[in-house]
Amino acid sequence: MLIPRIIPCLDVRDGRVVKGVRFQNLRDAGDPVQLAAEYERQGADELVMLDVSATPDGRRTALETVAAIRSVLSIPLTVGGGVRSTHDAAALLEAGADKVGVNTAAVKEPALLSELARRFGSQCVVLAIDAIRRAPTEGSQGGVLPPAWDVVVRSGTDRRAMDAVEWGIRATQLGAGEVLLTSVDRDGVGVGYDLELVAAMSSAVEVPVIASGGASTAEHLAQGLAHGAEAVLAASIFHDGVTTVSRVKEQLRSMGIRARSHEQAGEHAGRSCKP
Amino acid sequence: MPLAPVHIVRTGTANLASVVAALTRAGVQPALTSDPAEIENAKAVILPGVGSFGAAMEGIRAARIEHVLRDRIIAGRPTLSICLGLQVLFESSEETPGVPGLGVVPGIIGRFSGGVRIPQLGWNRVEADPMCTLLAGGDAYYANSYRAMTPPPGFSCAWTTHGERFIAAMERGAVLACQFHPELSGRWGAELIERWLDRAGVERAASSAGLPGKESAPC
Repeated sequence: MLIPRIIPCLDVRDGRVVKGVRFQNLRDAGDPVQLAAEYERQGADELVMLDVSATPDGRRTALETVAAIRSVLSIPLTVGGGVRSTHDAAALLEAGADKVGVNTAAVKEPALLSELARRFGSQCVVLAIDAIRRAPTEGSQGGVLPPAWDVVVRSGTDRRAMDAVEWGIRATQLGAGEVLLTSVDRDGVGVGYDLELVAAMSSAVEVPVIASGGASTAEHLAQGLAHGAEAVLAASIFHDGVTTVSRVKEQLRSMGIRARSHEQAGEHAGRSCKP
Repeated sequence: MPLAPVHIVRTGTANLASVVAALTRAGVQPALTSDPAEIENAKAVILPGVGSFGAAMEGIRAARIEHVLRDRIIAGRPTLSICLGLQVLFESSEETPGVPGLGVVPGIIGRFSGGVRIPQLGWNRVEADPMCTLLAGGDAYYANSYRAMTPPPGFSCAWTTHGERFIAAMERGAVLACQFHPELSGRWGAELIERWLDRAGVERAASSAGLPGKESAPC
């Protein structure tokens, strides 16, 4: 049985962690290497770093940031943002990423997912989907249609007439090994994940789904897991010191949810403490 | 020039940064190589693996290191295989039918079954058989769709369940093969790497500075 993953997310621009609301109004949230080390110390199960730089200089800085994080980090690191080619992916992996997130480029050129999977393996390819809820529509029979979401690309600015769940199914068939699913409506808002979105995607794809966008409490994380996510991602609540990964894990355990203990030394026969 | 104490096998495009960083934190400066003579003579060798079984074996054959790797492991010389590095020790894999592995141990690698999510991405529980001297119980990080299930003769195994019970890792002397990623398994993984380095007789610089959460045991 896999243990649910708690994943802090670092949005990085020009070597600094930033955070906004619905992808806008970015403000400074700290040094990425310090935060990465601190989150591992708190018991994070993995880190996601999204490069939200818009310039070539920013991209080069991002590679340096990945390398600096790698040197202190002994848990998995997924890096996304601006990956357009296998060349970009290789540069991130070389710098120290364990998995690469692809978003806009995969929508424009889905074959990129197959190329990445062939070269690096599906377990290395994370499809990032930013999804926005469609306005409720009336069905032809008069009933309300089930909810649906459109894919948004270019950091939440370019909405496509493309069903997010169908895209998830197609992309995982092409080779994506994991889906990082962000609700644009909920990003940075703190009212909890879009649980219908999480459930719809988790039941549609075979690969693990990471719920993202909107979590501000341990209850929200638990809800994401209960709706089929294998991992839950949050940013603001950890950056702002509202809570810590270890505190959240304690709360999850008290709700009966398994959480990895990172202070698990001493189980080896040669090292156990014998009174 | 002194020989580096640990050589990491570099074939193709495997991402080695995490393995290099883990060794650096353990106080060892590794060298990367695909040279048969270096691999033959190296004190300790790490065989990582990313991608597919076929691609990994193609890389190994193209570098002409198939025999030196096989000989090292059969002779029990210090070797750490990681992820796909464990799988290529077997005879073949359902992932790439028709491509022989190193065949150091008998058996065929198969795909996970039983209605679980594939790939297995994330942390899972490891239980070590009592005969294990390197492997210990704990939580390990996995990224795999295929697995080995038949324990090879002469090896002590650790086990994990993902729909079905599979080989988490296996050890024989200074030969250690892990399906999980010890280099990404936090402090538990770091301690396993350190035990293997010590078993291999590799000298480590005292400092493990930079590893978050690293504190000396209270006993």
